[in-house]
Amino acid sequence: MDIDLKSLSLSISKYYPMAFITPASAADKYDVIVVGSGAAGGQAAYTLAMDGARVLMIEAGRNYDPRSETPMFQTNDAAPLRAVGTPDKAFGFYDATVDGGWSVPGEPYTNASMEHGREFKWWRARMLGGRTNHWGRIALRNGPYDFKPRSRDGLGFDWPISYEDVAPYYDKVEMLIGVYGSNSGLENTPDSPDGCLLPTPKARIGELLVRQRGRRLGIPVIPIRRAVLTQPLDHRTIPAKLHPGNAKAQRVLAEDMQNRAACFWATACGRGCSIRANYQSTTVHLPPALATGNLDIVTNGMAREVTLDPAGKATGVAYIDKTTGLEHHASARAVVLAASACETVRLLLNSKSNRFPNGLANSSGLVGKYIMDTVGADWGGQIPILENLPPLNEDGAGGEHVYTPWWLYKEQIAGKLGFARGYHVEIGTGRGMPGGYAPYLPSSGGRTTYGARLKQDARRYYGSNVWLTGRGEMIPNADSFCEIDPKVVDKWGIPVLRFHWKWSEHEIRQAAHMQRTFADWIVAMGGTNRKEPDPDGRKGIEPGGSIIHEVGGTIMGAAPATSVTNSWSQAWDVKNLFVADGGVFASNADKNPTLTIMALAWRTADRILDQMRKGNF
Amino acid sequence: MNTPEPIRIDRRVAIKWMLTASAGAMLIRTPSFGGVAPETAASAAGRPATGYGTDPDLVKGYKPGDLWPLTFTAAQRREAAALCDIMIPADDHSPSASAVGVTDFIDEFVSAPYPDNVRDGKKIVDGLAWLDAESTRRFGAVFADASAGQQASLCDDIAPEEPANPDLKAAADFFKRYRNLVASGFYTTPVGMKDIGYVGNVPLARFEGPPADLVERLGLTDEVKW
Ligand SMILES: Cc1cc2nc3c(=O)[nH]c(=O)nc-3n(C[C@H](O)[C@H](O)[C@H](O)COP(=O)(O)OP(=O)(O)OC[C@H]3O[C@@H](n4cnc5c(N)ncnc54)[C@H](O)[C@@H]3O)c2cc1C
Ligand code: SF4
Repeated sequence: MDIDLKSLSLSISKYYPMAFITPASAADKYDVIVVGSGAAGGQAAYTLAMDGARVLMIEAGRNYDPRSETPMFQTNDAAPLRAVGTPDKAFGFYDATVDGGWSVPGEPYTNASMEHGREFKWWRARMLGGRTNHWGRIALRNGPYDFKPRSRDGLGFDWPISYEDVAPYYDKVEMLIGVYGSNSGLENTPDSPDGCLLPTPKARIGELLVRQRGRRLGIPVIPIRRAVLTQPLDHRTIPAKLHPGNAKAQRVLAEDMQNRAACFWATACGRGCSIRANYQSTTVHLPPALATGNLDIVTNGMAREVTLDPAGKATGVAYIDKTTGLEHHASARAVVLAASACETVRLLLNSKSNRFPNGLANSSGLVGKYIMDTVGADWGGQIPILENLPPLNEDGAGGEHVYTPWWLYKEQIAGKLGFARGYHVEIGTGRGMPGGYAPYLPSSGGRTTYGARLKQDARRYYGSNVWLTGRGEMIPNADSFCEIDPKVVDKWGIPVLRFHWKWSEHEIRQAAHMQRTFADWIVAMGGTNRKEPDPDGRKGIEPGGSIIHEVGGTIMGAAPATSVTNSWSQAWDVKNLFVADGGVFASNADKNPTLTIMALAWRTADRILDQMRKGNF
Repeated sequence: MNTPEPIRIDRRVAIKWMLTASAGAMLIRTPSFGGVAPETAASAAGRPATGYGTDPDLVKGYKPGDLWPLTFTAAQRREAAALCDIMIPADDHSPSASAVGVTDFIDEFVSAPYPDNVRDGKKIVDGLAWLDAESTRRFGAVFADASAGQQASLCDDIAPEEPANPDLKAAADFFKRYRNLVASGFYTTPVGMKDIGYVGNVPLARFEGPPADLVERLGLTDEVKW
């Protein structure tokens, strides 16, 4: 049954009131300044504004309205070059990234070494909502082991908090943003309490095959969790659970939830979602936060420095209005950095004073240290069983429906694997909208097929490819860090970051294990591997940063000498300065980081509200 | 029309030719690849310096030529269209590639300002030039004017990914690259998507998953329960 698009767009026509301001119209003083508007900034501003704090958000990118700017049903032939990636839009024309990608115009970064395995790649976006407009929406909880890795295997760092500290915030974030998924009861793969998760979409045909053949290899396949509304959110019960005793917040949220449509099972989520059916900061966090009237947003504002008073308290943020090039200052009682892990590091290191000659909040010397990404390696194959299938609409929820959580905890802790940490597998199958690379055309017998045969082959092979993507935990190491490049500045004269990178044997062996496992899995599905994976993981591992899960750099810990922030993501050195983004991660579980970023940002915002109520700043 | 395109030669190409000639094989053997590209409108007009930028309007539709000028000469376009339709001819299910605008897409591709396009675009233009030169050498007619049988025999020589004659390797690479471009261009159009059996991009009230009979046929019935 088709949906009437007109009535749908009417039902979502109520959007947020404008509280976008210019530097000139900013208030003299706010309760809190939040730098950045992505997952971290969105969540922090949401929690603060819903609870009555006056918030100024400073975002370096331009304003962005997913309702009018998302290319929902556009086909690839309506885009330049069939929508394939170019240096201007590296992930394709329709990808919801504005002014970003592996390079940002006028905003370079540098690498200490471009040797194989030493390079770090940094994906940024310069737009309201940051990278949440196009992220993959995979929303996994860290498990109990993931907060105490050192206690388990002696490597890396324990967090000063445990799963139990974060669990209530995972519950809240899931209820707020809407996450589909199910409870599996599997090891270190936490279940969610009743009422947190939305129903999982049915698996696609290829996903069923991957599951069947995985089982034969002892590999579980379960429904994945993604921040997509498979049904409308329950606006009658959730607001009261999220904001007990706060009638205004409940009303604002209940109204906003009704303006989010459920997924209509078409269009790729990476383009963004104009009907607000998946999570983007711009469609989920910012609209209700703005509706409270407590949030002002300055876009095109590039934060340059956190300012201090003589007592060493943060007074606000100096930022450049990119539209005029002029510098402005905003004042607040507390400052939250949510510019994404590495940008937050940059801002701190560029905030030098007599008191902090090596950068703000850096008495430990650890700002910028222990940057982590996710280990990435993948493998694919063509599966004859999936050839010549009848036409099926497999658009589904615009991304994965199933995945494999790490399943070899016992073998690993027994020392049988040769690497210390696990990975999960993201499973790609199906008859997606054909893109510009025609991967469904294998060559035949060493010949480039063409003519009538090509057309037959395309019908036969389309939809028969399976792609297995490994996403693994990296252990923090002293050789992976960023610092200020002594020579290079961006177009506003702000010094830029220089990255250093190194994998340890744990990551390299893990990458090899991924590819070996996936190649066997392809065979178990009846496919053949055109070549065998290289047993040297150095060949298969993606460059550092390229999985775009960079975290660390302002890690949290139990003591000021060994960490930048405390267990509340509060700078040890500056008590009214907080980090809400992935910078505080003391380890980077195989689980994609964003749900945890949001859970911690909510927790940090609660702490700020509590401290402000107590008059601590 | 039977006159082949006049071949203008720049200095770098001329040197290549001389090298080939000094090997004593210039006119009898297959033309060297990249040695006979006519000066295209692209090199004559100079390419625009930039592409669509990092913040293009994503909602409006674009046609080849909207963002940067197309650069095929009339003769190149004719040849490109002929080769498009050899790659993807009309059949009972769908029209040929050129009938749904794939020639324009190839032109857009070779004319685009991005480094990959400049590099690959040169290979495509060189390949088309080689194909015309080889066709002229063999049949006395440019590729577009050769008979279907002549065209097919030429294509069959360069369809193997590792051709028996190593001199044909560059032409074989071109052939495959061109084939992939044509397929990309064709299967991204509504006509091509329909042909291949892509039936998505329509809003649905529910996502039903695969039909039970298909699940059963593939022996996956047990997998549907989670
Ligand atoms: C293609 C892709 C797929 C992904 N898929 C997933 C996934 O499935 N699951 C998952 O968990 N994660 C995924 N991620 C990662 C996810 O996008 C990030 O973890 C998340 O967006 C981080 O949130 P953030 O708020 O820290 O940073 P961002 O979302 O990057 O937001 C930071 C914002 O701060 C702004 N900013 C930066 N510097 C300044 C400054 N000096 N002054 C003012 N503003 C500034 C930026 O412009 C930006 O808007 C994916 C990422 C990409 C690119
Ligand atoms: S698949 Fe669903 S959630 Fe994703 S963009 Fe399309 S409608 Fe939105």
